[in-house]
Amino acid sequence: MGDSIWQSMQKKGYSRREFLEFCTAAAVAAGLGKAGAAQVASVFEKKEKPAVVWMHFQECTCCSESFIRASHPIVVDALLDVMSLNYTETLMAAAGFQAEKSLDDTIKNNKGKYIVLVEGAVPTKDGGVYCMVGGKTAEAILQTVAADAAAIIAWGSCASNGCVQAAKPNPTGATPIAKLVDKPVINVPGCPPIADVMMAVVTHLLVLGQTPELDDQGRPREFYGRRVHDTCYRRPNYDAGLFVESWDDENARKGYCLYKMGCRGPVTYNACSVVRWNEGTSYPIQSGHGCIGCSEAGFWDNGPFYQHLPSFPGFGVESTADTIGTAVGVATLAGVAAHAVVTNIRKRSVIAEVHAEDEKES
Amino acid sequence: MSTNPVVRDVFKTNGSAPVEYRRVYVWELPVRAYHWINAIALTLLCVTGYLIGHPLRISYSQEAYQQYWFGWTRFIHFAAAYVYVFNFGMRIYWGFVGNKYAVWKTFLPLTRKQQEEIVDVIKTDVLQVKMHGEISTGHNSLAAFIYFLTFLVFCFQTITGFALYSGMSDAWLPHLFRWVVPLMGGEFAVRFWHHLFLWFFVMFVIVHIYLSFYHDYIEGRGTVSSIIGGWKFDRVKGAGNQGAKEQGDKTV
Repeated sequence: MGDSIWQSMQKKGYSRREFLEFCTAAAVAAGLGKAGAAQVASVFEKKEKPAVVWMHFQECTCCSESFIRASHPIVVDALLDVMSLNYTETLMAAAGFQAEKSLDDTIKNNKGKYIVLVEGAVPTKDGGVYCMVGGKTAEAILQTVAADAAAIIAWGSCASNGCVQAAKPNPTGATPIAKLVDKPVINVPGCPPIADVMMAVVTHLLVLGQTPELDDQGRPREFYGRRVHDTCYRRPNYDAGLFVESWDDENARKGYCLYKMGCRGPVTYNACSVVRWNEGTSYPIQSGHGCIGCSEAGFWDNGPFYQHLPSFPGFGVESTADTIGTAVGVATLAGVAAHAVVTNIRKRSVIAEVHAEDEKES
Repeated sequence: MSTNPVVRDVFKTNGSAPVEYRRVYVWELPVRAYHWINAIALTLLCVTGYLIGHPLRISYSQEAYQQYWFGWTRFIHFAAAYVYVFNFGMRIYWGFVGNKYAVWKTFLPLTRKQQEEIVDVIKTDVLQVKMHGEISTGHNSLAAFIYFLTFLVFCFQTITGFALYSGMSDAWLPHLFRWVVPLMGGEFAVRFWHHLFLWFFVMFVIVHIYLSFYHDYIEGRGTVSSIIGGWKFDRVKGAGNQGAKEQGDKTV
């Protein structure tokens, strides 16, 4: 502790050149561009290694898995080197009391300076018994950790909006982090989030020491400001009205738009079609499968994934709003027709009554 | 009834004894303009909206750069939406400055008279037990209240529509409704509700057109033509008739 990032890198045997390479990569990742390298270098020369705790609650660790697959290994390696990852259930060597002590020490020694990364939702039902670590509930741990944190990042859809645990009927009362703590939380949704996006958000925080610009749902605008649809390479097919009609048709082979196959690209805010996955190799739509909207709140409840519209609640799997709408429309037409028939049957007597009335009045 | 001689002759004679009607200018030009602009915009919105949810297989070419029909469909939807919203805004304004048939109060059953008329109209339209008689010259109270509910749906569609549109626009107006998206649980949910209420309009149009024809027949005073020319006809009751004065007040 106490070492600056540069000092700590020197101790590990990194050369000045490697340090500057890292600063450049970090500057780019944080959205500063190459020109920001000097700024980053000067920060890293002076700034103390930030302490980081990475909490795991109700999750599947896919966020961690994603994170270690970032496409710029130098940045990830260096990041893991430059930040003191003092506590993370999945990766730390310590166990039991040692692990708990490490967490306590981090909080005690770095009051107001450490960064909390949270993976997973927090169950709140039944006193939080559904997720406990070291005899304490996830919520209690979160509150302790969050109280003196400099910044909190919610990794993935679980921590940002509950994801699968919070899907109906949400038996454990899984709750997103932002609803439980009083501090601003950076939401980085996705199941998992894109590795490079995670890395860029952390870098931004470390380099600039401030949270990136967030949107109304607490997501960094940089990466969640546009819909997958807006930058999708299949977008021209959408505007042209060229759609895949079934998974194995000619249109699918031609790479037409997957809109009618239930692609959630038009309602999903993420950077998949720009950053892509696995070192920029591909993303779901590119490999022929529609987006399932994994970074959107409630995406599990908006099923089925392969329908453009969700099923109508309470009417079984196949009925969409349109099935119901058509039925109601037909019923209305039938009602109107029946009414017209009755009106015509009664026409004679009605006209007679009217005439009689006129007669009386005149 | 069959003993009544009039019933027997009803289709043989040209009609009944002459009675007097008075012309009443009910729908002012802005109201009629609103009605038809709204009708056209809503039709376009429903058709294009349905197509946006269920694109047809129109592919006369193989490559995307050669056609743009889905883009145009969406453009028409958005353009018609703007027309519809501002047209509706105009109608709200007219609800404060227009004549007594257009004023906002007619749309809410606030008075006892209006509430009684709702029962009357149900008797006429649904139960068909009261096949003629007095119904308000402007909107009848039930119709007016249903229009009020329709206005609420208008607002709902406007809010959800702009919320969906805000993701693809930099204009300030749609961005006023951005907050709806997280409130309703994401754009997918907003899209669902926005799409569902399309069917409200389909239903409304069927019933509305039918009932205007029905009332044209039942009331016999130019209900259908009134939305083109603005005039309706009010019965002038004969001298000595008890209701004459009251009727006269009503039609001024």
